[in-house]
Amino acid sequence: MVPLLVALLFLCLGAEAVDRSNFKTCEQSSFCKRQRELKPGQSPYRALLDTLELSDSRITLQLINDNNKVRLLLELYRLHGNMTRVKINELKPLKPRYEVPDVLITDPPTEPMTLVAQDENGLVLSLGVDEQRVIVSARPFRLDIVEGPTVLLSLNSRGLLTFEHLRLRKDTLRSNSSQKLMKEEEDKPGMWEETFKTHSDSKPNGPSSISLDFSFPGVDHVYGIPEHADTLKLRNTDGGDPYRLYNLDVFQYELHNLMALYGAVPVIISHNTERTMGIFWLNAAETWVDISSSTAGKTVFGKMMDFVQGSSEVPQTDVRWISESGIIDVFVLLGPTPNDVFAQYASLTGTQAFPSLSTLGYHQCRWNYNDKEDVKTVDEGFDKHDIPCDFIWLDIEHTDGKRYFTWDPHKFAQPKEMLQGLMDKKRKMVAIVDPHIKVDSGYNINNEIRSKSFYVKTKDGADYEGWCWPGNSGYPDFTNPEMRAWWASKFAYDQYEGSMENLFIWNDMNEPSVFNGPEVTMHKDALHGSWEHRDVHNIYGLYVQKATSEGLIQRSGGVERPFVLTRAFFAGSQRYGAVWTGDNAAEWGHLKISIPMCLSLGLVGISFCGADVGGFFKHPSTELLVRWYQAGAYQPFFRAHAHLDTPRREPWLFGPDNTALIREAVRQRYALLPFWYQLFYNAYRTGQPVMRALWVEYPKEPATFVIEDEYLLGKDLLVHPVTDEGAKGVTAYLPGKGEIWYDVHTFQKHKGAQNLYIPVTMSSIPVFQRGGSIISRKNRVRRSSTCMENDPYTLYVALSPQGTAEGEIYIDDFHTFNFEKEKQFIHRHLHFSDNTLSSNNLAPDSNFSTAAWIEKVIIMGATQPTSISLIAADGTKSAVEFEFDSAASVLTLRKPGVNAGADWTVLLQ
Amino acid sequence: LIVSILPLPIEWEQLRMKRQFYEENKPFTCLDGSRTIPFDRVNDDYCDCRDGSDEPGTAACPNGSFHCTNAGFRPTFIPSSRINDGICDCCDTTDEYNSGAKCENTCKELGQKEHEVLQKMAEITKEGFLLKQQLIQEAKNRQQEKQSKLTELQNNKKELEEKVEALRTVKETAEQPEKEAKELHLKAWEEQKAIIRAEKDKAKMAEAFLELDDDADGFVAVAELQTHAELDTDADGTVSETEAQGLLGGVDHVDTASFEKVWDNIKDKYVSEVSNNSQDSHTPDITRPVEPAPVDTPPEESNKLADNDSEQYPSDDDVQEEEEEDEEEDDYPEEDFDKAPPTVKTPPKKDEDEEAMPPYDDETRVLIDAAQKARDNFEESERALRDVDDQMKNIEKEISFDFGPDSEFSYLYSQCYELTTSEYIYKLCPFNRVSQKPKYGGSETNLGTWGTWAGPEDNKYLLMKYEHGTGCWQGPNRSTTVKLTCGKETTVMSTSEPSRCEYLMEFTTPAVCQEPEAVISSLHGHDEF
Repeated sequence: MVPLLVALLFLCLGAEAVDRSNFKTCEQSSFCKRQRELKPGQSPYRALLDTLELSDSRITLQLINDNNKVRLLLELYRLHGNMTRVKINELKPLKPRYEVPDVLITDPPTEPMTLVAQDENGLVLSLGVDEQRVIVSARPFRLDIVEGPTVLLSLNSRGLLTFEHLRLRKDTLRSNSSQKLMKEEEDKPGMWEETFKTHSDSKPNGPSSISLDFSFPGVDHVYGIPEHADTLKLRNTDGGDPYRLYNLDVFQYELHNLMALYGAVPVIISHNTERTMGIFWLNAAETWVDISSSTAGKTVFGKMMDFVQGSSEVPQTDVRWISESGIIDVFVLLGPTPNDVFAQYASLTGTQAFPSLSTLGYHQCRWNYNDKEDVKTVDEGFDKHDIPCDFIWLDIEHTDGKRYFTWDPHKFAQPKEMLQGLMDKKRKMVAIVDPHIKVDSGYNINNEIRSKSFYVKTKDGADYEGWCWPGNSGYPDFTNPEMRAWWASKFAYDQYEGSMENLFIWNDMNEPSVFNGPEVTMHKDALHGSWEHRDVHNIYGLYVQKATSEGLIQRSGGVERPFVLTRAFFAGSQRYGAVWTGDNAAEWGHLKISIPMCLSLGLVGISFCGADVGGFFKHPSTELLVRWYQAGAYQPFFRAHAHLDTPRREPWLFGPDNTALIREAVRQRYALLPFWYQLFYNAYRTGQPVMRALWVEYPKEPATFVIEDEYLLGKDLLVHPVTDEGAKGVTAYLPGKGEIWYDVHTFQKHKGAQNLYIPVTMSSIPVFQRGGSIISRKNRVRRSSTCMENDPYTLYVALSPQGTAEGEIYIDDFHTFNFEKEKQFIHRHLHFSDNTLSSNNLAPDSNFSTAAWIEKVIIMGATQPTSISLIAADGTKSAVEFEFDSAASVLTLRKPGVNAGADWTVLLQ
Repeated sequence: LIVSILPLPIEWEQLRMKRQFYEENKPFTCLDGSRTIPFDRVNDDYCDCRDGSDEPGTAACPNGSFHCTNAGFRPTFIPSSRINDGICDCCDTTDEYNSGAKCENTCKELGQKEHEVLQKMAEITKEGFLLKQQLIQEAKNRQQEKQSKLTELQNNKKELEEKVEALRTVKETAEQPEKEAKELHLKAWEEQKAIIRAEKDKAKMAEAFLELDDDADGFVAVAELQTHAELDTDADGTVSETEAQGLLGGVDHVDTASFEKVWDNIKDKYVSEVSNNSQDSHTPDITRPVEPAPVDTPPEESNKLADNDSEQYPSDDDVQEEEEEDEEEDDYPEEDFDKAPPTVKTPPKKDEDEEAMPPYDDETRVLIDAAQKARDNFEESERALRDVDDQMKNIEKEISFDFGPDSEFSYLYSQCYELTTSEYIYKLCPFNRVSQKPKYGGSETNLGTWGTWAGPEDNKYLLMKYEHGTGCWQGPNRSTTVKLTCGKETTVMSTSEPSRCEYLMEFTTPAVCQEPEAVISSLHGHDEF
């Protein structure tokens, strides 16, 4: 057993970087190869207009493939909130095709469509608003969504709709020739069996892939389809491999290629100065996405557009989706603004889970903290060096022989003592629980799963087994709701021995990772009930996190918010916790790529994103480590992590100067926690990303469209971390013509719509606050966020050129669901105009009281007042002392002292 | 509405330490002199001074500090951020005056505990320090011993060197007549052998003649020679008529007498018709190397395998290492071949073996015995000299170690101390190496060989550094830091691996015990402890 695993590990770990040969190219994935061989041209599909059925909620229409006479059923829905859903399935499939459940939070509410016109060439349907219509062309079949005279989006305009219908194997057919009704296509290689390296995929159901193309006229920027270690703006894939979406455990992944990584969100977002739109391709099978933009010169497909477009000068981006199985189920998110697209996608798949405040603090992780004493020493190290920290993490070595839900009997003999020790410091812990279960008859979890038949099965019906950390392992079938309910119950305090309320969970390896499986994952012909792994692969990881997250909610009787970190993810994973970018490396390139990687995730709903600070593999230079702390402090999920074989790198191990630099970065994070918390509340409410690409807030400013070395937090903080070795300065683009940006450290004013060179030293973290915004901070940074709950706020009012500013403040108990269930929260609007700063209640029906108060107000871009008075909710008026720094135009109000939850007004005279 | 957030039950006790700065009802000047504020702004939970000095009792200043009096224990300063954070930091509970945290005053207990610890430590130190004096004395004695031993050895060496030279002369004198007698004997034997060989050749020739003379007419003819393809001279595989004629010296046939000349031309190639097989089987062997061809694994490759050493996966490792060792053994003879051409190694022909050299005559044997005795005596004296050299080197090496200011660590030299944990047996051999061996079988891993003293500047003898141990897979070579603390016993107290392949060992020894008074005073002066 052991030597085999070791040999395998050696094979993996010995390599310098990713071993590309472990993973398929499109050429090696037979369905991708077959599909890609089909070039744009005349579609064989034809809409049978006489089959049209129109109801209140949908339109159905049959399509026929003139080559093989197979019929498809097209369903069209107009969805509430400016979305259109297009579903295509076989009219009569031999057996049901997989439709992805559990991703949509509800059956999306529909709106009626009306038939505007119909003739033998097609039909026109009204979508109800803004002269939006769908034009269905019959021969060849295509759909165009138009608004007035403008084509927003076309489907099958390049004729790439393909539906490999389910069929009987030829050798079966021969013995049953009566069934041979239709003209059969020739079998192509890989349709009934496929081998990759030493693995063979039996494909009992034969070919089943699907494909559809979309054209965005007037668009040359598309984003999304994470997870790839590549640029924010998606690349043209002509001449290379398509983007691949197939959750994989990629050892030492490479930057700047389009290989699949740990997670997949099949959402692409198009953007130009006029409109932002999205396509959500709801399919959990292996998927490839080709992108081809014809900005450079329209040649092949330009002509095809001309008949609706009438012009050949506009750029165009064509996107083609290819999936191995399932059905075509597409949501067209019609925008028109970025926030509309976020809201539309959120209405389908839900928003970011609202995390407890402490999870937004700093997380200290390492593979591995050796034992209880080690944990204690690290915990004390943070106090000794006065660096805040909320969580200490335990990786796989904490378990008894990689049996999750257990503790190493020697190294972690008294887990509750350890957890209590952390609790006494108001700190918390995360322990890893992976979804591979050691096959061991002495291990309860294994025995129970086995006896309940909850394991994924092989194609022959035996329990599927593969190699992972514990050696031979079974993989629970998380697609089974009963299995998930059982799994969730295992997190109860009386089930998970040694657990306490300050223990949270990390789900790793949930792609799933199978060391000896094809492409380090599960065989596609393994069975989840009646579905093949092929059908459900990309959603497996989501289910693991979902079940774990539900377990954490249940253990507290539904009171406490859970925290679960996952490596694999899918559309909807945002509802269950945080995501990190997996096993990166201690290299400057990896620090840089963390920004576009998290921005891409934010665009598709997953806001709680971070990269391993310091880099997982390899040993970072001290400069890189410090810069990574500085960058990580301004990314949503802030966790340092390190590989087992790297030297220790707790923040205080690099001399007092570097300790001070790291301390300062972490303290900036903690001071800003009220802002982070409010941003996450906003993400939870609206689906807007916490960490935003600049173009999201400046959609009409093309200069922002490809920026990926800086970003916004919410809309008010612009962050341009230093990500270059030996940097002496950075050039930040400050967006917004007519806007003002204030350096948060010096309060120096800068104009918008300019590239600003900022000289930097090792202590610099260039961050700017937008003029017109109010940001709240807590400047009394303590050893954990929990210690700071009742501390007073300082309001940073950055005036716009018009002398106005606004912001929000959100407060609740910071860890329970009472904000939701009992409406126990404070949500206030802070507003400055006409020399008046006031706080108004945004949620009058909510109810919560806080001990926190306003200790200071700093107004940037102010003029000197003669006096300042405070009017309290009861009308009492009192004077507020202030200081004015005329050189910097900064006015500081001393101790207004009002409660953070109260109504108040401050008048500057 | 201004919330009454400032109950300010701050006891002035807390300010006692700096009382002189905080004079009630007088304007307060920040300790950095940056500004002066009315006294009611001292401890009003708002930070006015850049240096945090106006808020010694609240958490308002990010850079402030708070003084815990801790009556009964040691007074201390904590960062202001720990005031009222719900966590009890000061044993006198004064940091949590407004947080609702239930803190108990533990100063008395702590004071007592500390007192006990100090007392115990003092006892240990006292006894340890006494032991240390003994160690120092012993070290001195040992040093003197070594020194006098060294002197003794030096004298010894001189004598031995002279003896060696004398015996060398004796040996050389005895070897000359031995050599001459031996050569004489050998020469006689060579001559004897030549006669025998000639006779044998003649017999062989006669035999060959009979074999070749197929028609038994007393002549060997061209045709008869042509049946022996091995005699081919132009390498075309056959013996042509012309070739045969050439071999016969230009004539068509030869008789027994003239065959003698022909035989000289062909005897090296000639293969007897009778003993064909036996000759075939051993003739080629003679020119071939004795050993089979070496395993053809390139040495670089086996080195690569050796690098994949990881203590995490011992079973795999062992296999690889063994394989590798085998290969290395195979490699050595191969190298020998490279150095000398294989023909040199050709073993003597069996025919010659059959007739061994006759024994030396008595006279020669006497000469040989005498020379051998001289040689033995000479070598023995050389060995003795080497032995003395080694002893001197060892002593010099030992003396060269830094055993501390008073050589108090010298007693550790050439000793080893073990600690057994649940998985491993750790062994510290001071000034030599640290190693780790799995408790239940498996090979030993070198955790570092002696490097240097690595303690802080004021006392470098508190840490030992052992470096360049067995390499770690994908990581550095193993190394160990040994932390020395005062104790009565010399023991390894604990080992740990705080970072991958960097070991930490705690080791007690009387040799680091300081004078008791110094210990107590340094502990008391250590406020921030």
